[in-house]
Amino acid sequence: MSSALQSLLQNPAIWRGGEQARVALPSIPTGFSELDRELPGEGWPRGVVSELLTERSGIGELSLLMPALAQLSRQDGWLMLIAPPWIPYAPALAARGIRLSRLIVANTTSGKDTLWAAEQSLRAGNCSAVLAWPAAFNEHNLRRLQLAAEESGSFGVVFGDSSRAALSSPAPLRLRLGMRHNRLAVKILKRRGSGLTPTLLLDVERNRAAAPMPASRFRQPLAHAGA
Amino acid sequence: MLWAALRFPDLSLQLHLRGAASCGPTIVQEAGHRPRVLSCNEAAAKAGVQPGMLVSAAYAPTSRLNLCTIDPAKEAKALAGIASWATQFTPTVSLASSNEVLVEISGCLRLFGGLRPLSGRIRAGLAELGYRAIVSAAPTPGAALLFARAGIATSIDDRHELRRALAPLRLALLDQPAQAITALAGLGVHTIKDWLSLPRDGLARRFGQGFLDEIDRAFGTLPDPRPPFTVPSRYSASLELPAPVQETEPLLFAAKRLILELAGHLAMRQAGVIRLKLDLGHAHHAATPVLLGLSAPSRDAGHLVTLLREKLATVELPEAVETLCLVAGETRPLGSQDQALFADGRPSREERWRIIEHLRARLGTQAVHGLDMFPDHRPELAFRKSLPGQAGDGLCDLYRPLWLLPRPLQMRADGLLPQTESPLTLLDGPERVETGWWDDFDVQRDYFVARDGSGAKLWLFRERTGRKDWFLHGIFA
Repeated sequence: MSSALQSLLQNPAIWRGGEQARVALPSIPTGFSELDRELPGEGWPRGVVSELLTERSGIGELSLLMPALAQLSRQDGWLMLIAPPWIPYAPALAARGIRLSRLIVANTTSGKDTLWAAEQSLRAGNCSAVLAWPAAFNEHNLRRLQLAAEESGSFGVVFGDSSRAALSSPAPLRLRLGMRHNRLAVKILKRRGSGLTPTLLLDVERNRAAAPMPASRFRQPLAHAGA
Repeated sequence: MLWAALRFPDLSLQLHLRGAASCGPTIVQEAGHRPRVLSCNEAAAKAGVQPGMLVSAAYAPTSRLNLCTIDPAKEAKALAGIASWATQFTPTVSLASSNEVLVEISGCLRLFGGLRPLSGRIRAGLAELGYRAIVSAAPTPGAALLFARAGIATSIDDRHELRRALAPLRLALLDQPAQAITALAGLGVHTIKDWLSLPRDGLARRFGQGFLDEIDRAFGTLPDPRPPFTVPSRYSASLELPAPVQETEPLLFAAKRLILELAGHLAMRQAGVIRLKLDLGHAHHAATPVLLGLSAPSRDAGHLVTLLREKLATVELPEAVETLCLVAGETRPLGSQDQALFADGRPSREERWRIIEHLRARLGTQAVHGLDMFPDHRPELAFRKSLPGQAGDGLCDLYRPLWLLPRPLQMRADGLLPQTESPLTLLDGPERVETGWWDDFDVQRDYFVARDGSGAKLWLFRERTGRKDWFLHGIFA
């Protein structure tokens, strides 16, 4: 391929079919090479609201984002957690390499406020990542968030229930997260660029520093508890 | 020296109109028994009202008139507000009369790119404050005032040109008794040119040295020192709305006028405001205070208006608002914005705080916070809410869940293991946490990591005392 054609294909406005499609979207590496390979910009896209649809919460949806968030927390800009369902636990976040001084938690009392706060944070341009857990949202809400993210180039994530997977959505990246064989199963429902991919099974906890305790230590107290 | 005179021909009327985007026919009447119309707005003029007519006569063409009485004290306060706003351009500001402000601009011409851009900026700034002014510039303060009174928005910086331009002005523009002006008119002396052609000693004998001196000062042959305006250290200003208002947007429109004035005041003092109070005055109720607290000092009018919009949306008004009163509380030094030679796109400290203030204005100060670790073994005490950006960047090497439940959730237990919808598998543990006997929050627990049937990893503990109940305390997510 001539170099002129090469540079033309780097234009993010051009999408190519087929698995080799790579476009120069500004992205943040996810920290999981299997997933990076499947994402158009080889990472979480910036300037885009990604929709993460979970079959149930607690399966590793936050761990999936941790390597990217840890990296973003080294930069200038806030990490916004808007209306998280439980308390984000500071020691665990620090253990995953997040600089806590960049972290902001915004608690809201209504779904409307959650969407408002997410939109303002995405638009502000000084938040490197915005994670929101709205109680309910529709296509119109997502489109507003998407426009705000495009304006500022922030990394936006909206968490929702996997029942939304069948609904249409303006989010350019949509992932469904489930659990298969004790691993996080990531299914890309929609992405820029090429078509569908098989479900990826990720070990999202492999990056943590402390290894699990050895089995021998585990067996002994159980026997004690049973006694 | 170059002086700019800002003249507000109908200040009393503008004071009433600036609080709203549009008003019905409005007139200003003089105080007294049979008041006359002093000035009227365009809507009233269109209806047939003219300045000088009796107020009772003004009601003949239109019955829907907003009537306001002239209030010298209020005008003086407004003029002081304008003067302190103008100090952002130059430190030398002087009050010339009840509706004129003098600004010495030769020192700041270069900063603002010349005379024309500067006077344009002053005029546009005044329009944003809700005032209409005639701005004229001349080498002497007296001449600048004369041009402004004649309604000539000119800018002259040359002495020879000044002589030519002053000559055709009428003597009635001077600060001299009307008697003397009439007497001169009887002699056929109407303009400054006529005056200059007469012998000085005779004029001084008949009309007093003061008359001669005022003209000499205008030409610059006599010195003309002006008393400097002292800026009050604390800013407070009020504004009367032309009609009672209940909605947020018209309130913001009026509040923006005051905030812009405050911004000018702060720019001169090189300060930013941290606390701001806006009192919304009602007819029958006590004023509703709206308090704004900022995390970082700011004097950006746009930012302050955004914060105020969110705050006003949460305020419940007992009745419509009639007056606004803005009081600047605590201020902090804030240098002028440094502009990088090569923009690196990094937000300034003030900009980074904006989003937090914006969210806090609507969600409440407590609802937006940072998180920090705290050295305590009890999991629920191992973190603290912190001020945004104030947390330490510590490390932690414990295996802890990303989500912590606000309070441990008791699980139904059946002997060995807690019961859930699907069978649990213990993966890790126990980790014993036994501490706190000294502060009435004694904790004796064995923590376990477990996986439930659906694959989620849970953080459980079993009490080591009492009924040895199982609790769910976190989710690894």
